[in-house]
This record gives sequence, structure tokens and C-alpha cells, in this order.
Amino acid sequence: MNKKKLPYTTAELMICRAAKELRDREIAFIGTGLPMIAAMLAKRTHAPNLVIIFEAGTIDSKLVHLPGSVGDPRCVCGSTTCSGLFDVFGTILQRGRVDVGFLGGAQCDMYGNLNSTAIGNYWKPKVRLPGSGGAGDIAALAKRTVIIMKHEKRRFPPKVDYLTSMGWVDGSEGRSKVGLTRGGPVTVVTDLCVMKFDEETKRMYVAEIHPGVSREQIQAETGFPLDFSRAKTTPEPTEEEIRLIREKIDPERVILHRLSKLK
Amino acid sequence: MTAKIEKEVEDKIMDIKEAVKKFISNGCHIGLGGFTVQRHPMEFIREIIRQRKRNLVLYGCSQGIDADMLIGAKCVKRIEMAYVGDEPFVSPSPNFRRAIEEGLIEWEDYTNFGATLRFVAGALGIPFMPTKSMLGSDIITKWGIPAEVREKSSDSRLASKKLAVITCPFTGEKVTLVPACKPEVAIIHAQICGTKGTVRILGQTFADEFVARSAEKVIVTCEKIVSEESMRMEPERNQIPFYLVNAIVQVPYGAHPTAVYKYYDYDPDHYAIYIKAARGGWDSFEKYLEEYVYSVDGLSEYLKKVGGAEKLLQLKADPVLGYNPKIRRDKPFR
Repeated sequence: MNKKKLPYTTAELMICRAAKELRDREIAFIGTGLPMIAAMLAKRTHAPNLVIIFEAGTIDSKLVHLPGSVGDPRCVCGSTTCSGLFDVFGTILQRGRVDVGFLGGAQCDMYGNLNSTAIGNYWKPKVRLPGSGGAGDIAALAKRTVIIMKHEKRRFPPKVDYLTSMGWVDGSEGRSKVGLTRGGPVTVVTDLCVMKFDEETKRMYVAEIHPGVSREQIQAETGFPLDFSRAKTTPEPTEEEIRLIREKIDPERVILHRLSKLK
Repeated sequence: MTAKIEKEVEDKIMDIKEAVKKFISNGCHIGLGGFTVQRHPMEFIREIIRQRKRNLVLYGCSQGIDADMLIGAKCVKRIEMAYVGDEPFVSPSPNFRRAIEEGLIEWEDYTNFGATLRFVAGALGIPFMPTKSMLGSDIITKWGIPAEVREKSSDSRLASKKLAVITCPFTGEKVTLVPACKPEVAIIHAQICGTKGTVRILGQTFADEFVARSAEKVIVTCEKIVSEESMRMEPERNQIPFYLVNAIVQVPYGAHPTAVYKYYDYDPDHYAIYIKAARGGWDSFEKYLEEYVYSVDGLSEYLKKVGGAEKLLQLKADPVLGYNPKIRRDKPFR
């Protein structure tokens, strides 16, 4: 089969698709990396009044330059208030004012539970990861979460080695059983597809397949069986979106460079 | 009377060698300020390493090169925090990762909010703080330091439980409790400090105001010391009152290679050097320490070593933006 060279990278497709998860006038809790570019893109396209919150203390940043971290001095630019962790996690996130949070991890299971702490045995880990940071808080307390992952079999096991950030636990009652009163993951954006969670079972299913990717490829890179019966094709980025990402949002390629491994 | 007050004021301002000698003992419990790549008290960290302090216990939220350098220099017995990484450069920080994988340090994991609330409880003088976070996660069920070790420990600062989940007596809902954290010493790097100790942090405060308030003693390293009087002309801009602060150390560019809002940016070139050395293993990192810490006599020599005046000018923050938009963050890592 002749593979047409696409005018965008996989990372850019993911960014554009993730941006569509953000709605105008929402309060969004944004983490480092791809979510930052997605949020900056959303603000420059369909969601100009999106309120971007970074956990280290800045609220409604008007980002001029892409931050390298949520604790970056670049986050301060144009924010309405600039405080600290207690204010952002406490009076905004825990208080229930965050509409959407972005999460990632080294592992994600079929219920959207995430691991960013350790691979293997927690006490004698094969790979020690950086730890929760704010992820466990966002997963527990945001009204909904969106997960960004690289799609590999080892990253989508049936069960995560360590549950850092709460997804649907083990089904629709999972969160309420443990005492969580709201939230849960709604969408998973990977480099192969977009997945959502079944209304009834809260199990992950394939909702959109990226152009040029096959079902077999997705299933082969996933450690549990996936339902493809509802799968459509992921919308492609527009020229304008790509231009904004490359020329306005990350011209230094701070994040894009890191994501270039994706393709 | 006046003479006595002046004496006390004088006593707080000291050089870094004296501050480490006076306040950091082997086995000291330290609360760290800063967040990922901003406002870490790096010169103080390097001096702790030079004085070869051992068995330190570190508390923090999202730390990075500060905790990682101390771990790499074999100064650390235990860390209790939420995250150790130097995003956007490397995550997790290399020495932290290897030390845990090789079983060389003790650790306890919390979330950023959980770790913050531990300092808040310490600052409020209460034994714990409740939160709706972490419920159902392995942060609750998997403890780095098991209950039996905690119970038998003679360490009065080690909480008898990592955390607890209770039923709220008012609403009946489940709530996570995190134990208060009360370090012996907090180390904060601020932009400005008054001669008596009033602290002004510009930009994000992170959890620094609570880390300081939870600790028994507070050391402030800062970009500049100004008259206490001038700090009190705009008290609404200050975060930490003078009486909490025990030592003030002026170290311009002393947070390098981390950033200080309105003063200078982080240094991607030096992060690249650090990460390469730390990833190379203990021997490789020892060479880094030899070159940039042990063999270096103080801050001005260190700054010369990492690029001197030219480098400092490159990193200098734009006065309006508060960082330097011209530094290239991807280049050293290509």
C-alpha cells in the first residue's frame, strides 16, 4: 500500500485532538508537555475564554511562551492571581471548580487507572518513575479527566502495577465505592487512536482511529481486548492548527522535540 | 536594648558556610522550597554536600535537582514527597530513580496536595489535615515505610502511620488524613529578604510559605538583602514574617541551574551536563560533584565554572516577562 506522507506529525494530530476536549469558558487543570500545547491551541482557536490553571500557583495564564514545567516562570505571564499549591489544589480543584484535567502516565489500564510511580514491585521497582506530583489529586478531584498516552502494549496492561491516579477503578461503581464523589476519565488520546469509556461498564473502547492506522495494530499494542464497533476516523488537523503549533506555540520545539519520538 | 536588637539582626545575616555549619546536622530533617525547575536553594544544597552531611531526611512537594543532587552525593537517608523530576529536561531525576531501584534510600510517596497539606498541618500546629484526594489509590495502601517500622522507630518525626482513611463524623463520607510534617529546618530561596528576615517571594509561592511555617527553624537564601524598613513600606507583598527566619544568606544566582522569576531563567546547558553525569551512574556523578561542588570554593567560583558573566547575562530575566525568552531549551538535548 502506498502510504501518503501526511502534512502533520502524529504528535500534532494528538495535540489537535486533545485540544477539542477543552471547551470555551471551562476551567482546565493543565500539566507539562502535550497538554500545554493543546490548551494553548484551544485558546487560539475554539476556546478563547478557557481558564488555564497550573498547579504551582498560576490562574488564567495568558501564555506568551510555552512553559517547560507547571512551575516555570513562564506560567506567571498575565495570570489573574499567582499563589501556590494550597490555593490551586485546595480552593479550586478540591472545591470542585475544575472542569477538566489532563493526565498521563507510564501505564493505563482498561478502566483508565494510571501509574506514574513505579513499574514492577513498588518496594523493589524495575523502573522507578517520578511519582504522583499533582496527577493523583487531579484524577480524584477534577470533574472529568482526559488521558494522553503513547500506545504500546506494555503501557496498556490489564492492571497497572501501582495505582497512582484513579480512573473508574473496576467499573461504574468504582469511584463511589472508594469515596470519590465526582470525576473520572472520559477520553484517552494515544498516537494510534482515541478511546472513550462505555456508559454502563466504564471499560475503554475505541471511538476514533487515526488516519492510516489499522484495528489490528491498535489491538496488538493493547494488553486487553478492545471493542471497535463504535470506531470512526479521527478528524485531521487543519493547516491553520498546524501553523499555530509550529510557528506560534512551540517554535523552540521544547515539547515537540520530545514528542518527535512518536513518529 | 537597641544594641541587643541590632546584635540579633546582625546574627541572622551570615555566609553560607556558617549557615550550613550552624543549622544542618547529620540526620537533620529538612523541608525544601521550590518546585521542579524554579527557586531551589541550590547553593545551600551544594554547601551541604561540601560539608558532607549524612542521613538527611527530606520533605517536599515536587522537587527536582535539589533532592536529586543530595541523593547523588549520598547525603540522604529518606525522602517524603510527591515528585522528583526536572521537567522539561528529565523525569524522574536520575539519582533519585537509581537510588530507589538499588534500594539505597527510604521513601514515602504522597500527592502534591497531600504533601502540601502535611506542611499546612505542621504550620497550623494540628496533627493532620483531611482531604478528598488519594481515596482508593495505592498511595493509601502501599507504604514505603511499613507500619511496624514506623511504630518501632525512635524517630519522633516519623508519623506512626503514612496516612489514614476515616469516615467524616459530620457527613459520613470518606476522607483521607495526612499527618503533619514539622521539619527541623526549612530552606527557602526567595528573591528578596529584609535585614531582619522579612521574605518577599515574587511569582508562584509553591508551598514555601507553609514549608517555612511548619519548620522549627527557617533559612532563607536570597538574590538580594534590602533594608528591613523598605520591606515594611509594602508589607502586602511579603509572605514570611521576620521572626520565623533564623538565617539570611545572600547568594545572587544561587538557585542556578534552576530559575528565579524576575531574576534569571533556568540553564538548559547545565541541566544537560548534570543529567548526562547523573545518568552515567554513581562514579560518573561523583566526577560531576568533584568538578562543580567539592573542588569549588563558593558561589563566585561556581558561577565562573558554569559560564561566568556571559552565561549569567544569557540567563538574565526580561524585566517584564520575568524569564528570558531567548534561551533555547531544546538545543542542549538534541
